[in-house]
Amino acid sequence: MSEKVTENVSFLSLIRKIPFSTRAVGLFYIAVVITGVVVGWPFGMLISSSLHLFGVWAILTLANVPSIQSGTGPNFALPIGIVSGLLAMVLILAMNVMGWMFMLLSTILAIILGSIAGFFYGRLMNAVKGSEMAIAPYTGFAITAIFGLVWLTLPIDHPNMLFFLGDGLRHQIPLDYFNANFILANLLQFEIAGVTVRTGELIVVFVACALMWLFFRTKTGIAISAVGRSPMFAKAAGINVNRSRIIANMISTAVAAVGIVVYAQGFGFVQLYDFPMFFAFPAIAGILVGGASGQRARVMNVIVGAFLFQGLLALALPVFTRVLADTDVGGVVNQIRMIVQNGIILYALALMARGAKQ
Amino acid sequence: MSRTLLEFKNISKTYSGNQVLKDVSFDIREGEIHALLGENGAGKSTIMNILFGMPVIHSTGGFEGELHIDEKKVDVNSPFDAMALGIGMVHQEFMLIPGFTIAENVKLNREIEKNNIINTITSSLFGKRMKTLDRKAMNRDARKALDKLDMSIEEFTLVQGLPIGYMQFVEIAREIDKKGLKVLVLDEPTAVLTESEAEHLLSAMRNIAALGIAIVFISHRLNEITAVSDRVTILRDGEHVITKDTKDTNVLEIAEYMVGRKVSIDRTSGEGRQFDDNSDIALSVKDLYVAMPNEQVKGISFDVRKGEIFGIGGLAGQGKLGIANGLMGIYEAKGDILINGQKVALGKTRQMLGMGAAFVSEDRKGVGLLIEESIEDNIVFTAMNIHSEFLNALGLANKHTIREHARKMIKELDIRCTSEKQHTGRLSGGNQQKVCLARALTQKPSILFVSEPTRGIDIGAKKLILDLLLKLSREQGMTIIMTSSELAELCSISDRVAIVCEGEMVGILPPDASLSKFGLMMSGIKEAEGEVAS
Amino acid sequence: MIEKTSLAGKARSFLFNNMVMLVFLGFVIFGFAVAETFTASSFTNDIMTRFFRNGLLVLALIIPVMAGLGLNFGIVVGALAGMLALIFIRYHYAVLHGFPALMLAFLVATPIAILFGFLTGKLYNKTKGQEMIASLIVSFFAEGVYGLFVLFGIGGLIPVRPGHRMMNPGTDIGVRGAFELGLPAEELTQAVRGAAADEYPGMARTLNLLWRIEFVYALAVIAVAMFLFLIIRRLIMRRNSALALTVNEPLWAFIVKSVLCGAVVAFAFYSSGVIYYWYNVLHNTPDIDRLDLLPGISTFAVEISRINQVPVVTSLVIGAIALFIVYFSKTKLGQDCRSVGQSQPIANVSGINVDRTRIIATIFSTVLAAWGMIIYLHDIGHVATYTIHRNIGFFSVAAILVGGATAARASVKNAIVGLFLFHAMFIVSPHVGLFLFDDGNAGEYMRTFLVYGVIGLSLGLYVWKNLKVARDKESLATMMNKIGKNKQVATNDNANRGGP
Repeated sequence: MSEKVTENVSFLSLIRKIPFSTRAVGLFYIAVVITGVVVGWPFGMLISSSLHLFGVWAILTLANVPSIQSGTGPNFALPIGIVSGLLAMVLILAMNVMGWMFMLLSTILAIILGSIAGFFYGRLMNAVKGSEMAIAPYTGFAITAIFGLVWLTLPIDHPNMLFFLGDGLRHQIPLDYFNANFILANLLQFEIAGVTVRTGELIVVFVACALMWLFFRTKTGIAISAVGRSPMFAKAAGINVNRSRIIANMISTAVAAVGIVVYAQGFGFVQLYDFPMFFAFPAIAGILVGGASGQRARVMNVIVGAFLFQGLLALALPVFTRVLADTDVGGVVNQIRMIVQNGIILYALALMARGAKQ
Repeated sequence: MSRTLLEFKNISKTYSGNQVLKDVSFDIREGEIHALLGENGAGKSTIMNILFGMPVIHSTGGFEGELHIDEKKVDVNSPFDAMALGIGMVHQEFMLIPGFTIAENVKLNREIEKNNIINTITSSLFGKRMKTLDRKAMNRDARKALDKLDMSIEEFTLVQGLPIGYMQFVEIAREIDKKGLKVLVLDEPTAVLTESEAEHLLSAMRNIAALGIAIVFISHRLNEITAVSDRVTILRDGEHVITKDTKDTNVLEIAEYMVGRKVSIDRTSGEGRQFDDNSDIALSVKDLYVAMPNEQVKGISFDVRKGEIFGIGGLAGQGKLGIANGLMGIYEAKGDILINGQKVALGKTRQMLGMGAAFVSEDRKGVGLLIEESIEDNIVFTAMNIHSEFLNALGLANKHTIREHARKMIKELDIRCTSEKQHTGRLSGGNQQKVCLARALTQKPSILFVSEPTRGIDIGAKKLILDLLLKLSREQGMTIIMTSSELAELCSISDRVAIVCEGEMVGILPPDASLSKFGLMMSGIKEAEGEVAS
Repeated sequence: MIEKTSLAGKARSFLFNNMVMLVFLGFVIFGFAVAETFTASSFTNDIMTRFFRNGLLVLALIIPVMAGLGLNFGIVVGALAGMLALIFIRYHYAVLHGFPALMLAFLVATPIAILFGFLTGKLYNKTKGQEMIASLIVSFFAEGVYGLFVLFGIGGLIPVRPGHRMMNPGTDIGVRGAFELGLPAEELTQAVRGAAADEYPGMARTLNLLWRIEFVYALAVIAVAMFLFLIIRRLIMRRNSALALTVNEPLWAFIVKSVLCGAVVAFAFYSSGVIYYWYNVLHNTPDIDRLDLLPGISTFAVEISRINQVPVVTSLVIGAIALFIVYFSKTKLGQDCRSVGQSQPIANVSGINVDRTRIIATIFSTVLAAWGMIIYLHDIGHVATYTIHRNIGFFSVAAILVGGATAARASVKNAIVGLFLFHAMFIVSPHVGLFLFDDGNAGEYMRTFLVYGVIGLSLGLYVWKNLKVARDKESLATMMNKIGKNKQVATNDNANRGGP
């Protein structure tokens, strides 16, 4: 009897240890899966679509780790990295590079362009220390808008990339013309118990996560974490605080650039113009759902968060379609996404404010 | 003799088991200037916080004893109670809104509202805060208060851009504008003033006192105290030492009362050593200026011999802490620095650390530790960063060697913890300090800067740390620059003790010099002047 | 005490402090220069429409800035309250039209906005220090809640009359994607003559149509009012030195402003004279030669006569709210807001209830935004239920920033100047896009870039300046400077004492 009680207590305290955001979204996720099965969707299909969105979003979510660790906060200017990645892909495609070569070259170019953009972005963040989160979103929006002009005017004349009429690149460049759609997703893809596993995509995600994990065990990574925890401590230990923050933002931007390459192959399109505008918010919500805070993030948070948050969105549409007949389900799911995503971010902001007060 | 206005009766106060005030009683009379003196930690600010009903007092269990005003017991549970009882205070950090005019600041949240028909209507409709302000009346009141202080500045000038000396006067104007002000507390009011401004303030204080308002004057400048005050009260280690008419005492006596004889840690190994003039100089500092807020250093020079323990003392806010912080590049600094005869550029922390200097900061939680990281990570952090130690062949942190070293340090320094993985934020102050020291020692320094090594830690840890410093100096020949507010501690292990006041070094004394000498120096009076004054 | 700086230094700091405004001015002038299909009258009409449409939404930003909440992107929350009110009225009182319908909309929106404002204010208190990003996120969050309620709650949870024309046809769940506010009665008879039988009048443009006057007369009235204001202020300043110090208007500036007012009045009279002459004298005279003699006057008259009439009541509403904001800033509550805005700790120590004051400021802003949204939508005439609010926050904030506001300082003047400049940019940007990129879409991207760019730049500069001031205050140079000065004072004192 008494043993049972203690067991219960320890189980409860274990649950309590899970951050609120993770708990809330986790329960919601489980509820949706159960509802889905009840209304007749095969369990395997539900998990497959969760895995699919996890695969394309995980690296974009991962981009928040270095910026949070360095004390810059979540990367609200994620579109800068995404635009770098898009530019990399567009440039490689313009040379009519196809298939695996395209993946390889555009990943490398994305890292280079992302690092360069991240360098300037990092300097900007250093100039507005303490208010990074207030400035970053507009930086991302503005860059997205200015690249609207770039896509319109880039001197590219590849017929598969241009508008059918008039000048400028298309809104969506289909990758199947270049044999690069689902290239990672299809690699070693297999099905088990009704679950489709896009092995290639997952391998890339886990390699990226592992590299990030290793980086934060190097001298530079440890230094960046210290800068985020206490800039004064870092300074007293001879660390160049501003430089560390710039490095962190370079990595963050470069990872976002790679993330969009993986994302593009996962959907089979390179999407341009306004497309990256609001990409930062789901990525940030993802890492927060995984248990990260505004000041602390681990690779584990990315994996848990991207799976739960993106999975929830992936499931909501098919499940709700069966539950809510006669409704604009797409619209409803989109509003739920807005509520969950921004509610989670607001909750994190409130926690940060409480932390600052203490 | 004027009548008694305010009485402190048997006041005692404990902060988490640490008694900071012991049965203190004294009184303040109407219209007198009453000087309140004491070293840091003597209890001055605690007793003032009690007088003001500050939340810090009541959230830590209140206090014992009674406050009497006009011979009646009063309860001061909040600053607003204090205000209502006619107690005013001018803080050291200015409580002024820069974007407001002087008048707006003087009338802050005591604005005068117009009483016209529109206001009656709007306030009855939308609440009483919707009345418009009567700026003319506000300006008139502010003018009156400024006139009492002989301040000719226009009352509608913005506070932004006023010389810092004027701000003090604006704050005083705010206090004397309050109706029924009986006691005005001035906390180190002359510290930020130029000499002529300070004189102006002292004469303004006499004017205010002549209006029947009592002034409690907290200052470390003994000359000013003897010049302006009617009586002095001296606190030491939370105890009331004496209250005396100023005319019956002198600077030398006050200094001696203030520093006193503390029963404290004995000198562990005899006298301070004499280093001969030819021995090597480990650290040479010339014309050091440091822009550390509240601890500015304004032109200090000294040499430290190899293997010496050099103590730096002085009151809080006078600049003693700025020295180590400036040398280590935490705050902007300039000056000529030689380490072991080699020139060093200031502001380059990495270079300083690389040359074998290590720093244990006075700000343990802010600068000294990563409080959310483990003990082991804290201990190896700087050594890993500067000397690339504790890394494996791939450049990753080597868990194994880190743990081994941390365990060794925990044992050597007797750090009480559950394991080397415990977060440092969970440790007691003394153990946190040991972790800081362990980190510094892991760097294998030749010069060690330790600031306030014993602040807020228990007696056992205190002794251990002081013994360790002594051992490092005697056995390993480490040069140690120790900064502390605790004079007794400094004297117990240092070979020489320098006293800093108002950003300058007043003098260097042997550790066994007389207490009055130390006391005078802490007030910025050089020996020769002190003799004249006595 | 006042530091003298060189003329070049002054010019530089003027350029730096007004960078955003100058960039916009430059852009607009450039737009004018390169635009091909563009007339003065169409530009004026566009600007006027946009000014009256957006005016209140921009004014809604001022009070939170005063209270230190920064730029309240959360006015979107207020806008949503306004939209809920409109949905409510179009659902329940669709027959109601004209002025009563509009008044009812204001009435219904107010309590909703007060509640929303209260909740938003609470949230800002919980995210102190991060209000700027919190207000952006809260606008997204509110959008989601509103969207879910309107899309699913109405009809899905709250029962509705089947087949109501506000609901999604067929399903009766969720409000339809767009709905009309209904043409005003006087326009309906002409415009929809013979249209569907169930077409009944609504509230679109009601306020604008109540009372209109000719543009040139409005110009004259404004100029005369401005002149009177200048004179009265001048007279008060002679007795009130405090006001003189804050206004700081040299005589020449006063004269220049007065002459400008006079010029505007003269221009108004001249143009009304020309119109009269052109229409009534020249136009009725079939004398082609005489027309050719005055081609300039002819085009001028045509242009002037093409400018729309000015909606007096809408102007008065915006003017009244602007006056209210000025009045508010002079009340005790306004002073408390300013105290809280400048320093929360000091306000707190002085006994001002900081949290409460911030909540009140947010409520004011939210209510004004709700009213502003109703005016905005009633002018457009139809409501895109799920999207129309999206850019309200960004555009309003960008407008006030262009007018010279910062996160810590915003005035009615900033709002008015910003409204003109920002919307002028909006109008010319397609032309600039066409000229520079030979592409109609380019203007759209350029516009978006300018909106976000101006917000990012203004906020960034503001933060950067504050950091620099804080850094300078604690810098070595400042300290050395002060030491030097004190020494100088000391030696001077000694010298004085040494004198006879």
